[in-house]
Amino acid sequence: MASVTLSEVRKAYSGFEVIHGIDLDVRSGEFLVLVGPSGCGKSTLLRMIAGLEEITDGTISIGDRVVNDLPASQRNLSMVFQSYALYPHMSVRKNLAFGLGNLRMPKDEIARRVADAARILQIEELLERKPRQLSGGQKQRVAIGRAIVREPQLFLFDEPLSNLDAELRVQMRVELAGLYQRLGTTMIYVTHDQIEAMTMATRIVVLNKGNVEQVGTPYELYNFPRNLFVASFIGSPKMNLLAANAASGRADIPGLGSIALPPGITADGPITIGLRPEQLTISSADRPLPLEGRAAEGVEPSASGPLTVTGIITLVEYLGSEVFIYLRLETGQTILVKAPGKSSHHNGENLTVSLHPDDAHYFDATGQRLAKAGE
Amino acid sequence: MTTTLSISTTALTAKQYREARARRAKRAGLLKHVFLIATSLIMIYPLIWMISASFKPDNQIFGSLSLWPATFDWDNYSQGWNALSVSFTRFFWNSTFVTVLSVIGNVISCSFAAYAFARLEFTGKNMWFALMMMTLMVPYHVVLIPQYLLFLNLGWVNTYLPLIVPKFLAGEAFFIFLMIQFFRQLPRELDEAAMIDGCSPFKIYWAIIMPLSLPAMATAAIFSFIWTWEDFLGPLVYLNKIEDYTVPLALRMFLSQDGASQYGPMFAMSILSILPIFLFFIIFQRLIIRGIAMSGLK
Repeated sequence: MASVTLSEVRKAYSGFEVIHGIDLDVRSGEFLVLVGPSGCGKSTLLRMIAGLEEITDGTISIGDRVVNDLPASQRNLSMVFQSYALYPHMSVRKNLAFGLGNLRMPKDEIARRVADAARILQIEELLERKPRQLSGGQKQRVAIGRAIVREPQLFLFDEPLSNLDAELRVQMRVELAGLYQRLGTTMIYVTHDQIEAMTMATRIVVLNKGNVEQVGTPYELYNFPRNLFVASFIGSPKMNLLAANAASGRADIPGLGSIALPPGITADGPITIGLRPEQLTISSADRPLPLEGRAAEGVEPSASGPLTVTGIITLVEYLGSEVFIYLRLETGQTILVKAPGKSSHHNGENLTVSLHPDDAHYFDATGQRLAKAGE
Repeated sequence: MTTTLSISTTALTAKQYREARARRAKRAGLLKHVFLIATSLIMIYPLIWMISASFKPDNQIFGSLSLWPATFDWDNYSQGWNALSVSFTRFFWNSTFVTVLSVIGNVISCSFAAYAFARLEFTGKNMWFALMMMTLMVPYHVVLIPQYLLFLNLGWVNTYLPLIVPKFLAGEAFFIFLMIQFFRQLPRELDEAAMIDGCSPFKIYWAIIMPLSLPAMATAAIFSFIWTWEDFLGPLVYLNKIEDYTVPLALRMFLSQDGASQYGPMFAMSILSILPIFLFFIIFQRLIIRGIAMSGLK
């Protein structure tokens, strides 16, 4: 197990900077997930830690050693690639043993480690097969096996599950989480799948355009997003965002009404109110209205109570355990409401939902979070 | 009743349609095959003629149009083998020596150069690659004289060194290009996984890239084999002693300026000279096709 420290790490290609001075502390034994949209630099950052990309500036330390100039093989880490990167001409056994052989490890020790890894990953019967004779899930296990036989102080995963089908991905996710608990080694995991990030991570790093937007536990990121980017990136389905004007402790949402701002928020001027789909409560559903004149009605709430808004359902997505309802408001904006799977709603139906000011997230004009009292 | 009738009508129409389509496909196939067979015969005729001539006495070779010899005369083979002042055993040995070393040299050196261009980063990589590609466009005859002068000054003329040493210096741009194309098809993650597994660039080449590139290597090997085995100009320029001659030079000796050419033995030895190429091709045919297909040259 080792901690990893990134200090002012930068990466530029032909003078064009893609990683802009990242500072990050990965604690020993932590499962850290790097998450962000395509092109945000998460894989580049992982590859710099691995030693597969040179860093332009800054320092990377693994444990107590600065590893900037150390080749990948001397950083005592293992990496699992998105494409598995198994050596096609070698059997599974040779794939597992190849790195150990390069370390000039005694043959009986290699055999022991290969057998242990095969047992842990339940690939004992596959040892003599070539990679082309394996399914996607089996290849992934072998790739993980190749990483664990080295017993490194750090594991790096570069979107390892993205080539698997949905069912296998869930299964491998559970197995990886189990493996982490069993080994307790520091792991850094890159993914664009936030379900993987939320379910596996002890902490998540949200990256955007080569910058760290927020580092925190899945709970912190979901409930206290630092800015609009994190708020809209974390959570599936996405957070609903409503533009509003704040003044004198109240926020006026044009065309919908106004709410009292929770204690601690003292903003004036334009703000953004964020509401997760599950934080909208369905108050009532009416029969469908004619297509013309389906203007939703904003209803003034009591001074500090919930705001109720009415709109027309434009789409219902039934997912079994839950239902996503797309509701078009009077302002023309569509918001997403999450309802229990047993709810029965249909396109064209009028629906009234209520939102409580205390459940909402508030962001100032620059997109930074406005903290409520006690946060 | 109406429904049954309409179904059977539809079925009949579909059947007729299928039959008409099959007839058209058969006709098109027949025409295509006739054309291909005719073209193949034109292409293969000189070879068949040469095989036939190798079994005919000299007076029948140009006297008869028939491809089938009146009698099969094997004497051309036995006479041809020892017809010159030096036996063909020696010429075949000389050709084999030059060719085997050339093939080994070409495959090793060109794959090294290709690996560097395809996988390693070094200063001026693009410029060197462009220069290498430019050498593809320069005809051999243009560099022949400066190359000869160089080898003359080195004292290598009248030895096999000018024919072999350049092959160890990655001088065949075509093979380098072919292998670069092949190496580029291999995922870079393999190199990266090997780097993490503790491999140096040479170990990555040796343990990962080379075993996966056998089709490209075989393709380069067979082209190198053919071109060296049948090379006439190189040995003609650099070899002066008959006992050093390769097979193509020896075959030329059957032709005489004074009209006393020995065509029968020459064709017999020509047939024997193409056998190694034929066998080499048969053995590595599958790898060659894969190599050409995967290097994007198809």
